[in-house]
Amino acid sequence: MNAAADMPTPIAAIICVCLLAGAFMALMGAVGLVRLQSFYQRVHAPTLGSSMGMALILTSSILFFSVTRGQLVLHEMLIAVFLTLTTPISLMLIVRAAFARDRREGDPNVPPVEPVQPD
Amino acid sequence: MSAALLLAAITAAQLMLVAAMGLYLFRMVRGPRAQDRVVALDAFYVSGMLLLITLGMRTGSTLYFEACVIIALLGFGSTVAFSKFLMRGEVVE
Repeated sequence: MNAAADMPTPIAAIICVCLLAGAFMALMGAVGLVRLQSFYQRVHAPTLGSSMGMALILTSSILFFSVTRGQLVLHEMLIAVFLTLTTPISLMLIVRAAFARDRREGDPNVPPVEPVQPD
Repeated sequence: MSAALLLAAITAAQLMLVAAMGLYLFRMVRGPRAQDRVVALDAFYVSGMLLLITLGMRTGSTLYFEACVIIALLGFGSTVAFSKFLMRGEVVE
């Protein structure tokens, strides 16, 4: 934290706000995952942390290292791009698997497979 | 001034992320079904990765960044493997 001592206070305040907002988003996603009722409601909550929370924390990290190093440090963008691409894919795969499991068990709340319309 | 501000903010963010990881762990242990556990694990590794990023900001080193990339890659792979397993009962078809 030695290089952080001579950081201008407004930039430090921006970094702090981004960091706290991102961590708060992650916490809200976790609370939602614990408190929501059914699985199909619960699956939405953690994406709050892995999209907006991730973006805010990575923004604060980019700002922090760019200011302390005195040059533009953008390697966090690698994680941001990768997570933005993979979060919807993994969530969709999980929900499809859950759908298949519920159908296999004959859960009445899950709609049956839609018949393919012939052209 | 700004160093103390940053230290306080990073500590608070780390506490919030650890609390989030505790809640994910609760959901992972409690279930009730396997897909809940997989969703909780998926969110758990993202939170752990964010915690590593805040740790890197606290120590001022970019060493933790490589660990974050590896966690992101392996976490995605494991989530895909888990959901394939839940779907069919086997990972490689």
